[in-house]
Amino acid sequence: MAVSLRDSVQMVSDPRNLDASVEEVFQLMLGVDCRRETEAEALRAGVELESVTAVVGFGGLLSGACVFRSGAQAAMKVAAHMTGMDFDEIDDTVKDGIGEICNMLAGAWKGKVPGLAANCGLSVPTVISGRDYNLHVQAPEFQLHHCYCFEDAHFVVTIVCDSLQ
Amino acid sequence: MSEVRTLIVDDSSVMRKIVERALRQAGLDPLVVFEAGSGTEGLEQLRARQVDLIVSDINMPLMDGLEFLRQIQAQGLAPGVPVVMITTESSEEQVKQAIQSGARGYIRKPFTAEQVKQRVLPLLNAA
Repeated sequence: MAVSLRDSVQMVSDPRNLDASVEEVFQLMLGVDCRRETEAEALRAGVELESVTAVVGFGGLLSGACVFRSGAQAAMKVAAHMTGMDFDEIDDTVKDGIGEICNMLAGAWKGKVPGLAANCGLSVPTVISGRDYNLHVQAPEFQLHHCYCFEDAHFVVTIVCDSLQ
Repeated sequence: MSEVRTLIVDDSSVMRKIVERALRQAGLDPLVVFEAGSGTEGLEQLRARQVDLIVSDINMPLMDGLEFLRQIQAQGLAPGVPVVMITTESSEEQVKQAIQSGARGYIRKPFTAEQVKQRVLPLLNAA
């Protein structure tokens, strides 16, 4: 029987799944507790000129992407917790670490939605870093956009669903 | 425990380090690690040396972990050596595919050292 999630948008877009995924990945891989914060809180904490964005695509029953975005300092802090090393620039190891975090977030999130785990594949991560760039998404089916922080590191995780079969 | 020669295959250098750390925390000591950034590199490593354990990511560009497993079997490399797959994917279908392709264990990312210990140690003890 063909599997469909067309009538389950509410279940698939449940924001609690994203919060639980972030908590799980950061607790297990970095050993830190993340706190969800409002966009206003995240903005008050300061916006860095340089940022790092990782994107992992979804394909299959759901097409879209999981996007992780943070400032340079937060990205280096994430990578430092993952590797036990210190970083003073966004080098390949930092980008690699951020890509893996995004990959795990995407996997953990889709694993929490019955029917999605087995019917939605993940792309390998793409990581972009620099200044003055924007990611544009055209008319998504739904979008979850949550801000989080741990220690003084702030980051944003976005789930974009372009289509749901 | 005697020396455990382990091949870690993952396109992410950070994940290779994390897996190595988790194996050490799991009690694999002394641990000798060989790294490969792709399935192709992993096959080259296996042609060049003997190992006691292979830990491989599934989702990799060029040659994914499942194809790497199939090639190990097809080329008769590392006979009897346990292969543990690590991936973010959690579907039963993928677990089935990995086992059918020759994997002896499966660890889902994110993972703890305890989970690694539970999956890997019984395989080494049985080998």
